[in-house]
Amino acid sequence: MLYIKAVQKSFDGFMAVNGANLSVDKGEIVAVIGPNGAGKTTLFSLITGQLKPDSGEIIFKNENIAGLPPYAICRKGISRSFQVVNIFNRLTVFENVQAAVLSHQKKVLNLFSPAKNMAVKETEELLESVGLTDKADSISGLLSHGDQKVLEMAIALGNRPELLILDEPTAGMSPEETAVSIDLIRRLSRELGLTILFCEHDIALVFSISHKIMVMQQGQTIIQGKPDEVRENKQVQEAYLGGAN
Amino acid sequence: MFYGLLTRKSLGVLLSVFIIFLILPLFLPRFYIYLLALILITGLLATSLNMVLGYGGMYQFHHAVFYGAGAYTFALMLTKTKLPVWNAFLAAPVIAGLLGLLIGIICIRLSKLYFGMLQISLGSLVWAIVFRWYSFTGGDDGIHGCSVPEIASVNESYYFTVFVTAICLILMYLIINSPFGRIFQAIRDNPERSEAVGVNVRLHQLIGLVIAAFFAGIAGSLFVVVEGCVFPDLMFWTLSLEILIMCLLGGWFTFLGPMLGAAIIVSLRTFVGIYTEYWTLILGIVLMLLILFLPEGVLGYFQKTFKLKAE
Repeated sequence: MLYIKAVQKSFDGFMAVNGANLSVDKGEIVAVIGPNGAGKTTLFSLITGQLKPDSGEIIFKNENIAGLPPYAICRKGISRSFQVVNIFNRLTVFENVQAAVLSHQKKVLNLFSPAKNMAVKETEELLESVGLTDKADSISGLLSHGDQKVLEMAIALGNRPELLILDEPTAGMSPEETAVSIDLIRRLSRELGLTILFCEHDIALVFSISHKIMVMQQGQTIIQGKPDEVRENKQVQEAYLGGAN
Repeated sequence: MFYGLLTRKSLGVLLSVFIIFLILPLFLPRFYIYLLALILITGLLATSLNMVLGYGGMYQFHHAVFYGAGAYTFALMLTKTKLPVWNAFLAAPVIAGLLGLLIGIICIRLSKLYFGMLQISLGSLVWAIVFRWYSFTGGDDGIHGCSVPEIASVNESYYFTVFVTAICLILMYLIINSPFGRIFQAIRDNPERSEAVGVNVRLHQLIGLVIAAFFAGIAGSLFVVVEGCVFPDLMFWTLSLEILIMCLLGGWFTFLGPMLGAAIIVSLRTFVGIYTEYWTLILGIVLMLLILFLPEGVLGYFQKTFKLKAE
């Protein structure tokens, strides 16, 4: 479904991503791991268009999407959440998710019918499935950090993506919140058949839910494979797992 | 169309306000009626600015140029052509909107402050052309004696202004509460995220700017109806600053805040202006107090207080 070939991106001479390769098949949960500064977030931003790659190919459903603007990539079926909470602060939780649903339904240029009555059912279903129903009318900027991270995910789901990209979905969450989120990710993959690409620091968690893991270091792909293969790889043990296994 | 947007109670309040506006000329002296018309026009202009400023989060620093474009288009149509007057009413907002499109296309690539600064320079360019082109625009003399015979008296022009302003406010309210307006507010809060949910942010902002310019053009034509003249000051940047202050003063996250701000500033100018030509001194003090004590504006403050009490 998604193939990344030799993608490069540099900032002022610093190679943030230097030859990353990745393939994601339909229905898989794929994790990207690596130490801080390995280029995981940059790679995600290259896929979803916030950044443009210097070279390399990003093929989504047999089409090169490298360099397209973010809105165009989103319309092709890739949604993402952000590592640092990135929501519509002054809008309510409901309106946050509704914005994405309206965008997905191509109603953003509708000028005269009240938005209040549009996409209500879809939005409420989404809030229900992530467990934010009782906070629907709260101003999103005032929510707790954990709730905001969940909202992040709900907004990304509002576009009914085929590929969902989650950038550290549980960063800063309490252990309980993390467990709920992981459960949610599993459920989304199973029930909606979503393909999920995510990155995460919690190694135990990564190995427990991923079908495939890609390890990055200094902008390069070290290895990509099933959790067992990755665990046994010498280079990974030295570079990242610190020989702990 | 209004279903779900207004409660029965607020609809009642709005209707009574409208009726009060209609019967006011029976009691008030002509000067006050003229002043009210001026407030409504300026308020309409400020509300149109607030669509992009408060709801769209764009630094629209030279909105007056679209107001002036509407006013000049209207005046020129009346004086230089023999077309029926409704053509002029149609042309004013359309030309203002087209100017908005032109300036917008150039500015929209820049974000935030740079957008505003480029807009000021382009707007000032338009002003300079109008100011200098004596043969066409009358230069710094402006154009005089371009009243519309059917609605030339104070009361007639007042009623006309009330009706047109009401219609424009309703339309703008609908737009702000439409999916377009909702997404516009989402862009204000977070352009990056909006882009990531599939919104073409630049296009959306450009459309918003054109709509705002369109309504500013209507306000411009109303000004000519009431005053019967146009002059280059209508598109000078100081007026842009003034209406920006009206939005901040009234409350730029509220719909009617800019209208209230316009009422405060226009009355201040009129009544304090009688005693001293340095009325802007008072305005300066009011502004400082505002920033210190009411950062959300007057109406924003009241809304917040009442919400807290209600909870």
